[in-house]
This record gives sequence, structure tokens and C-alpha cells, in this order.
Amino acid sequence: MTIPTRRGILHGLVATTALAASPGGVQLAFGAAAVDARFVVVILRGGMDGLAAIAPYGERAYRRQRGDLALPEPGAPDGLIDLDGRFGLHPALGALAPFYARGELAIAHAVGIPYRNRSHFDAQNVLENGTDKPHSTADGWLNRAIAALQPGGTPAGLAVGANVPLIIRGDARYTTYAPQRLPDIGGDFVTRLRNMYAQDDELATVLAEALKAKEMREGVLGRQRGGMGRGNAGSGAFYREAFGAVGKLLADAKGPRVAVLDTDGWDTHAFQGTTQGVLATQFGYLNEGLASLHEGLAAAWRQSVVLVVSEFGRTAAINGTKGTDHGAGGVVLLLGGAVAGGRMVSPWPGLETPQLYEARDLAVTTDVRGLFKGVLRDHLGIAEGHIEDVVFPNSRDARAIGGLIRA
Amino acid sequence: MRPEAYVAATRFGYGPRPGDLPSINRDPRGWLDAQIGNTTLPAPLQDLPGSAPLIAKMITEQSKPQGFANYIRTEARPAFDREVGRRTTAAAESDAPFRERLVHFWSNHFTVSVKRVQIMPSAGAFEREAIRPHVFGKFEDMLIAVAQHPAMLIYLDNQYSFGPNSLAGRRRDVGLNENLAREILELHTLGVDGGYRQDDVISLAKLITGWGVARPQDRRESTPGTFLFREPGHETGGKTLLGKSYRQGGVAEGEAALRDLARHPATARFIAGKLARHFFADDPDPETVARLARVFTDTEGDLAALSRALIDAPEPWDAPLDKFKTPNDLVISTLRALDAPDLRDKDMVGPLALMGQLPFTAPSPAGWSDRSADWLGPEALMTRIEWLRAVSAYTPIPNTLRWADSLLGPVLSDDTRIVVSQAQSESEAVALVFASPEFQRK
Repeated sequence: MTIPTRRGILHGLVATTALAASPGGVQLAFGAAAVDARFVVVILRGGMDGLAAIAPYGERAYRRQRGDLALPEPGAPDGLIDLDGRFGLHPALGALAPFYARGELAIAHAVGIPYRNRSHFDAQNVLENGTDKPHSTADGWLNRAIAALQPGGTPAGLAVGANVPLIIRGDARYTTYAPQRLPDIGGDFVTRLRNMYAQDDELATVLAEALKAKEMREGVLGRQRGGMGRGNAGSGAFYREAFGAVGKLLADAKGPRVAVLDTDGWDTHAFQGTTQGVLATQFGYLNEGLASLHEGLAAAWRQSVVLVVSEFGRTAAINGTKGTDHGAGGVVLLLGGAVAGGRMVSPWPGLETPQLYEARDLAVTTDVRGLFKGVLRDHLGIAEGHIEDVVFPNSRDARAIGGLIRA
Repeated sequence: MRPEAYVAATRFGYGPRPGDLPSINRDPRGWLDAQIGNTTLPAPLQDLPGSAPLIAKMITEQSKPQGFANYIRTEARPAFDREVGRRTTAAAESDAPFRERLVHFWSNHFTVSVKRVQIMPSAGAFEREAIRPHVFGKFEDMLIAVAQHPAMLIYLDNQYSFGPNSLAGRRRDVGLNENLAREILELHTLGVDGGYRQDDVISLAKLITGWGVARPQDRRESTPGTFLFREPGHETGGKTLLGKSYRQGGVAEGEAALRDLARHPATARFIAGKLARHFFADDPDPETVARLARVFTDTEGDLAALSRALIDAPEPWDAPLDKFKTPNDLVISTLRALDAPDLRDKDMVGPLALMGQLPFTAPSPAGWSDRSADWLGPEALMTRIEWLRAVSAYTPIPNTLRWADSLLGPVLSDDTRIVVSQAQSESEAVALVFASPEFQRK
């Protein structure tokens, strides 16, 4: 059999299609019409060090536990940004300070999942499946939640990237988004593909969703291609572009109402740094991403809640390699125009060694599901029965936390 | 043509080349069995460098105040692209694709990832040195080779882990790092439900304290860039792991612990379950898993015997061909279907990255998922179809249906044949064959 090509089959595809993205030049299809409530979950995989993001600098034990990782006090060069005289924001997260000042950022410290094994993967499963066991369900709680938001209509959920995270996988339909770099396949080819996939229900369904998502995306973002490089969930370009695009897609009155953004690179066992270094770089990315999201949401920011969460926090004390190991309590950030913020919203357990979980991790005072429930109920208006019976079954102890949303 | 020939080629191998199926058809199981045992390095990998000089160079560059980013961009990344290209080519051209699949399986089980950029220069060499020689050897030998490979020691932070009571721990501001120890227990041996506790994580971390990497200034002790056991950093005194005490000291202590972990019943179950998931079902039947686990235990982790047990099991041959190919599967099987076109190494990088499975870039030490649902999202499906359509634009194949029969004959449906036969051009017909449910699944 002769194959008429040699060199360069795959080459060229990338080069010829890497058109520049059009920054700022994107027209919104539906202008600034008021939208229903919007909700974005940002997952930070790897165990984000909550004690570095929101440092309890006013605690006596802070400097003792953190040693070389303790951040400079507010007022010092590159110092923490003071929040309430006791907690300070990491300087690389500076874009969040105005949100806090305006009452659009609420901080929940010492938050955790209902599961204490320190495995990333089990913990991420628990965070995403909404139960207290790692392998109890094949679908995610956000999927079960959006089932209540889309009676037969447009998919309410949006996932970003080639790989769909568990939190939004399940029976309720959702769309996905990733910046494209390959040439369009064309309408005629799509028709032939549809005919062929009639024999495979699963592929037919997924193809239909892909086509719908493409239509929606092009309606809002234009035929935007290129720009992600080797873009992955750990690079600065990913944060800027993906967060901004999600903002624009959600700002569309007919767009999805709920999105999940998946990031990684938060596992800082060694030399995590303070105001500079690996973790500060990650915070810088997140800072930029959240600012892009805010910008993309534009007028819809008023109706939005963005929840930033990781599978667990890290050890209170610095470890032997100037990093921190897997811990328990972590930080959740809630930001958006709909948030009743400018405050800390969960009890603080203290940082003295006897106050720690197993004398090593920040204790968990708040079940993360209480925050999720509060947002689903008070922001998205999902019925309490659906939340308790379907979204987070057998979780009555983790009561919905009220007052997170502006009245 | 028996469906077994197709199963052998696709499920155990990386898909047939146009002429492969008739010869496999003579004895599908024998064709697979003949691939077991031979770990000769495939030709495309033979001129690639070993890890020691690469790691020594990386350490040197990293210690300079400036220029590390430049070194990564101008040296490490091009070398990495070459590694990815050669690895993909080796599988696309291989006459022993079952072996190549096993290499990729074990390399994924013992993931190192350039998510930690220091790994970029040595990820490919890691696979050649720590994985490939042992795919038909003993699991415990592979485990030790992995845990003592500089790439893994760097990836999971063990090179700076020192015993709190060791000479180094008492004299300097250094201490324990539990990262590698935890992942050995959770991801490499027992599995997360394997019955270990936090105390065991700490114990194993202490058992492998001092396992590090020789820097250029350590050249009198060991070749720079190779494994170096730093005795002064090894935690003193006995340690207890899973109820057993280890007090021999030195590097032997950690090796003994790893051999015991490799022989633990939980390890046998964990490995058997992962193999079954990879080779035939997202949720394999527990009895099949138990049977494979027994082979692992009875042969003390003989991976040749385990590979044979996979061939001998009925399930891979009977289970429906409904697993969705991963991007790695898809790219390699596409290249095989095109009879391994002569590509440049870097040509393979873009598509694998776009589809979300560039080798050695897994998001975490857990490696890539082997479940269909993790790959079959709307965006993922569209991206692979766009890529296949673009590839096909360069590859019109005359008599497309005859070619499709040579690849998919035993499973090709009438519906697919009709759609392919109605295509408007040869290149469109090729794209439809690649996009077909039969080609997308394994």
C-alpha cells in the first residue's frame, strides 16, 4: 500500500492554525442584558497552602510554625496585605484586595472535606463527588446540582479543557471549552459523522454536545483560535485565557450558568518560597486568572459567585525541605458581586500545636459542603430537598451556611 | 479472519498496520507470547542519551543564578520533544507493540512528569533505564530501580529528605520530606486502601532518607547525575513499617522495605486491578482481578508471568471493544494505520499536547487515567476528529475500503462501510475511517 505523504503530516497543522487570539476585541453577542445567577468553581489541585494564601500573621504561633516560610508583616516591603488585623492576604494575590475592601470577597479558613486521609487523589474525589468516600459515585456534585437548573433546555454547565473533571461529570448535560488550534472540520463532514455515529449512542451524544458548545462559543467569542501554546492547567497563559473566556461565556445571557475551572501545580513539598518562588508564582497566575474572570464577566459580575477551593491544606509547620506536606484544613475564597463579603466566614481553630489536627495540620472547623450548599441554595435558588437528597446525600451534619450571598 | 487477531493487535498492541492482521490471525496468542521476554531497545531509541549527564547538567544550570529558563528553552525542551517523538515512533514502528504498550503502562504507573520542570531533560531516559529493562522482570526490581532513579528522587523531592536524628539532620537545618514515601505506598505498591497509616508514611520516608542524587561536587562519591546514598543523612535507629521492624541500616534498609511492599497482598491486588482496567474494562470483574493477583503473588511479582496470564485470561478476548482510546492510543494507532509515515520527532508533540496526553506531562504522580469517561468529553472528541481530519487531508488512500478492511475488517460495521463509501474524496474517506466508532474504541 502506498501512502502518498512522508514528512510533515502532522507538522504544519499547528503552525498554520496558530492564529493570534484577539485580545479585548471580542463582541458579546447579547450585550449587557441582566443575567441569572452565575457560579464558577475553581479547583486548585495539589493541596493549596491556605496558610500562605491567607496568613494568620496575628497569631503568636504563626512565625514559630512557619519558620522560614513566614511572610513579612503588613507594611514591610512585599509584606502581607492586611485584611482584619489578624489575617493577611499573600502579596501575589494583590488583585483580590479591592474585592475584599468592597465586600466582594469572603474568606473561609480551616475548611475541609469530610475525609482525613492525606491522599491527593482520594481527597479530590471526595471534594468532587460530594460524599464522604472517595469512590462512592461516578458523577460529581456540580453535575447533580445543575440537573435542577436545566429542565430540558440549554446545558447549564461548562467545563474547561480537554479533560473533564469529576465534579461536573454525570447525567446532566454540560458543555466544554478549550481554545482551538486545529482547522475546522466543516459542515458536510459533520453530517457524515452524525450519520456514522447513529450506531454508537455515546459518541452520538458527545458529538451533539460538542457541536452545540462550538456554536455557543463562536457566538460569544468569535472564531477564536490559537494562543494556548502547550497550554495546560498549570501555565500562566492558561489562567489568563481560560479564566477570561469563561467569564465572557458566562456573561452571555443565553450562556452556561455554572462553570468549573481546573488548575494544578499546588503541591509544594519543597522550597515553596515566600514572596518569591514556586508558590508565589502560582498565586500570581491565580491572581491574573481571577482578574481576567472578573473582566470577562463584566456586568454579570454582580450576579456572580466564584468559589476557589483545593482538596486540602498543608501542614502548619514548615517541613525539612522548606516546603509543607499534605494537611487537613485549607482556605476557600468566595468572590463576586453577589457575595456578602469583606469578612472571614468560618471559625478559626488556632495554630498552637495542641490546636492542630494530629498535632500537625490546621484543624477543620467547617465542612466544605456547608459552603457549597449555601451557594447552591441562596445564590442559584436550588431547592433544599434536591441539595440534601441528590447533590449531597447523607450530609445533614454539614448544614448549609447562610449569609454568604447578598440579600 | 478471526476477531481474536483484531483484539490481539488493538487491545494488547497499538493497532494493526495494513498488512498485520493476516499474519497475526495464524496464532493471535502466540504472536503476543513471542513478544514477552525481549527487552532489546527499539532502534529509534538507541542513540538517545542516558540520564546521568543530563541530570548533572540540569543541576549545574539550576545552581546558576541566571539562565535556567534559557537552558530549558534552548536545550531541555528540544531534547524533550525528540524523546516524545522517538517514543511515539518506536511504538508506531514496532513489531512488538504489546511490549511497547507494557512499557507505557508501567511508565504511567511510575509517573514522572515535567510538571516539575527539572524532570524535562531526563523523563525519557527514566523510562529507558528504570522501566524498560524490567517489564518482563520482577516487579520489586522495577520498584527499586524507579525509587533510586534520580528523575524520581527529584520529581518527588526525596533528594533533600534527611533524617531528623541523622548527622546531617542534627548539624544542619534539614529534615524529612514524606512525598516520595507517600506516593510509593499509595500509587506504586499498596494502593490507597492498602491498609497503611500516616505513621507508615513517616517510617518509609525515614527508611529512604539519604536516597539522593550525586551533584557535580559529589563526583568522588558517585558519578554526577546518578543515585547517591548519603549515609550522614540517613535516619538513625530502627524503623517500623506495617508492623515489621527494620534495623539493618544503610541503603539496604530501604531496599528491604521496598521488597516487602512489592510482595504485600495489597500490592498484588492493586497492580492486578490496574492492569485489568488498562487492558479490558473500566470496571473489571473482581474475580478476574483476584485471579491476576494470585499470579502476581504466586510468582513473586514476575511480570513475564503476569503478562502471560493476561493473554491466557478469557476476559480481554471476550469483553466488548468499548473502551475509548486514549490520545496516546489514538496517535500511535493512527500512525500504524498509515504504516508509520516518516515524521519528524517534533511533529508528534503538537497533537498529543492538544489532545491532552503529551507523554511525561501527567498532571500528577498518579499518571494518566485509564477510564474512558476521562477522555470522552465533547471538546476532547472534537479535537481528535479535527486532528484526524487534518491528518487525512495529507493522506488520500486509494481503495479506502480495502485499506479499512485490512485494519478493522473483523469489526467494521455495515453502517460505517456505507458512510465511508459515500465520501466525496479519498482523504475524506480516510478521515471517516479514523473517526469511526470502531477505530475510536479498543
